[in-house]
Amino acid sequence: MGSIEANGKTYETDEEGYLADLNTWDKDVADVMAKIDDCELTDSHWEVINFLREYYEEYQIAPAVRVLTKAIGKKLGKDKGNSKYLYELFPYGPAKQACKYAGLPKPTGCV
Amino acid sequence: MSDAKKFMYINRKAPYGTIYAWESLEVVLIGAAFEQDVSVTFMDDGVYQLTKGQDTTGIGMKNFSPTYSALGDFEVTKIYVEKESLEERGLSLDDLQHLVWEDEDEDYAEKDSIRLVSRAELADVLAGQDVLFNF
Repeated sequence: MGSIEANGKTYETDEEGYLADLNTWDKDVADVMAKIDDCELTDSHWEVINFLREYYEEYQIAPAVRVLTKAIGKKLGKDKGNSKYLYELFPYGPAKQACKYAGLPKPTGCV
Repeated sequence: MSDAKKFMYINRKAPYGTIYAWESLEVVLIGAAFEQDVSVTFMDDGVYQLTKGQDTTGIGMKNFSPTYSALGDFEVTKIYVEKESLEERGLSLDDLQHLVWEDEDEDYAEKDSIRLVSRAELADVLAGQDVLFNF
């Protein structure tokens, strides 16, 4: 177990830096998590992060990267529904890294 | 896909009370993420896993029934439900969630995932698989 400080609040995380309780998530902690990875969150990042939170809300799981790519393509357009675009935004792996910033557990099937 | 094996996951137990149903669902999603040819069967008490309107607040377990709707996204489009198992429990297809998948090649047309099969038909389906997992 670890923890992250953001805006004066403490957030519990697991050993890989994912939030222990997704209900504690807010935008501040997402920004701080991104900064730790030397990543600045832009509107394009937020599109994916918000999409993941909605997906989890509906299905109670995080999508695998292949599923994410397809679903983003449907929702945000084919120019964004490809791994090149998503890996440019999230170089550590779109599902893994974006799920972390979204406060979700690590995606099923993700090693 | 030529190297893909045909994996069939058979669910026979009620959704809560044991961990089998949830474990099976996770394994199915993992198998699908590795682009295998995945099918799923619900029979015996396993048909209860797909019922609508599950509420787990009284038992302190996560209600994972919404996750079955994600199977289509994971390209798990062959979901077999045994007709006799439903009938023996006084259930029909109307009591189950309506599971669909979207065909990208047909402008995301929604297609039914659930195939209602008789015990005899199911035996043929199982005989055609490479790998069977029982949960």
